[in-house]
Amino acid sequence: MHDSGLVSVPSSLVSAEGLAAGYGTGIVLRDVSFAARAGERVAVLGPNGGGKTTLFRVLTGELTPAAGAVQRPARCGVVPQTERSRLDFPVSALDVATMGAISRLPWWRRPGRRERAQALEALHAVGLGAHAHATFGDLSGGQRQRVLVARGLVQDAPVMLLDEPFTGLDSVSAERLEGLLVRLADKGRALLVATHDVDQARRWDRVLCLNGRQIAYGPPDETLSLEVLEATYGADLVTVHHDHPHEQDDR
Amino acid sequence: MLHVLAEPWSEPIMRRAFAEVVLLGIAGGALGCWVIFYRLSYSAESLAHSLLPGLVAAALLGLPLLLGGAVGIVVAAIAIAVAARTPTIGRDTAVAVVVTALLGLGVLLALSPAVPAGLAELLFGDVLGVSDADLLFAALLVVAVVAALAIMHGRLLVVGFDRTSARGLGVAPAAVDAALLVLVALAVLVAVQGLGNLLVVAVLIAPAATARLLTHRMGAMLVAAAAIAIVAAIAGLYLSYYAGTAAGASIAGMLVAAYLVAAGVRALLPSRARSATA
Repeated sequence: MHDSGLVSVPSSLVSAEGLAAGYGTGIVLRDVSFAARAGERVAVLGPNGGGKTTLFRVLTGELTPAAGAVQRPARCGVVPQTERSRLDFPVSALDVATMGAISRLPWWRRPGRRERAQALEALHAVGLGAHAHATFGDLSGGQRQRVLVARGLVQDAPVMLLDEPFTGLDSVSAERLEGLLVRLADKGRALLVATHDVDQARRWDRVLCLNGRQIAYGPPDETLSLEVLEATYGADLVTVHHDHPHEQDDR
Repeated sequence: MLHVLAEPWSEPIMRRAFAEVVLLGIAGGALGCWVIFYRLSYSAESLAHSLLPGLVAAALLGLPLLLGGAVGIVVAAIAIAVAARTPTIGRDTAVAVVVTALLGLGVLLALSPAVPAGLAELLFGDVLGVSDADLLFAALLVVAVVAALAIMHGRLLVVGFDRTSARGLGVAPAAVDAALLVLVALAVLVAVQGLGNLLVVAVLIAPAATARLLTHRMGAMLVAAAAIAIVAAIAGLYLSYYAGTAAGASIAGMLVAAYLVAAGVRALLPSRARSATA
């Protein structure tokens, strides 16, 4: 799907050029230009209120850009924060994954056997096939997050937007989820992942730093300088170095 | 024993009441599940109360009560929308102000000497006096509610589960909310003829709340709520027949009793069994 004034980046699945967006008359995000190709994992870094969610809302078509251009597919897979889901809702993991099929169906059709089979397949893909009939609210935080990833898979979109999927996960669950995202990207999807974890972002293909505007975009080793992180996180930035390289933690 | 069970239904009035409560039980039970998960219980009760002036005005003018109720609901919706736009007044407060004002107006009109006898019927309903038209409207309500809920099921789940992500999944929450509210308004409008202005909300809320205690899937909850509504309503008719109590109030009482029994049983269950039904 092309929005006004499209600037096409060859072979990119999703891109923006000079994008500005906001709510009402207030602009909360400006000067955003990036392009993500198939198989790329893009970490979207920024403080709370930095514009990560606003960018995702533009990419899903929920918000119209105030300026600039966006190139995006007809639909994006959306993986929200698990905290937004109602844990008291009487639905199984399979019910939740099946919700991903709704956007592909006409308004008068409800998901049927075929869509449930796709949802079950997606749950198997995220390692939760055995928990398909478990109540969503009874699953652990990591399992719930993977169910939401499965729902995003059922949307069958070339671009997936994940909003802080690692928040609240223990290290084992986070590691498992990260491995899953690597496999999804390897299958040709472009993934945009909002995160606060700078250390994790270093392991990804590209990093988009936002703080009301785009601070930087590019490969992590070229982008994540102290200057960029200070501009992104401002006074909140604390750098901690550990002896063990895998435990280095910049927040 | 069989005689005791069969005797009430030998009377045509009771058979018609039976048909009415079965129809309202199906519609109210199923719809009520979504009402409680969308936290619309207060709105449903408000709609029921706010159509009282319309009902009384229709009685005064000799018009069909259904028409009066429909006008009453539309006026209430407009009044709430206008009041909610008033600065410093939240939506809840706006609903409360409008509903109490309309209920007061309804009572004021109902107490005028020109009103035909039967205020009690408007407030508490007269399920034993349902007409052919009432039964027809109840049947149409069942068809509309069941068809709409079947079509909307997936979208209702998406919005109820996580409203903020619904748009990303291709579902417009406002459209789903509006459709659900229209169904609730229709159900209230039709059910108020039999159960009355003050008791109609019982058939929407109590069966669904009871089913919620006993089931852990939406599909099962919808079926259970409808079944509970029907069984409790029939039990209410028995109570009314043999104890000589008001039918509408007896039904409402049985609906609440069903909830209390389910809550008691659930409280007595070991925690493991309880979580299996949560």
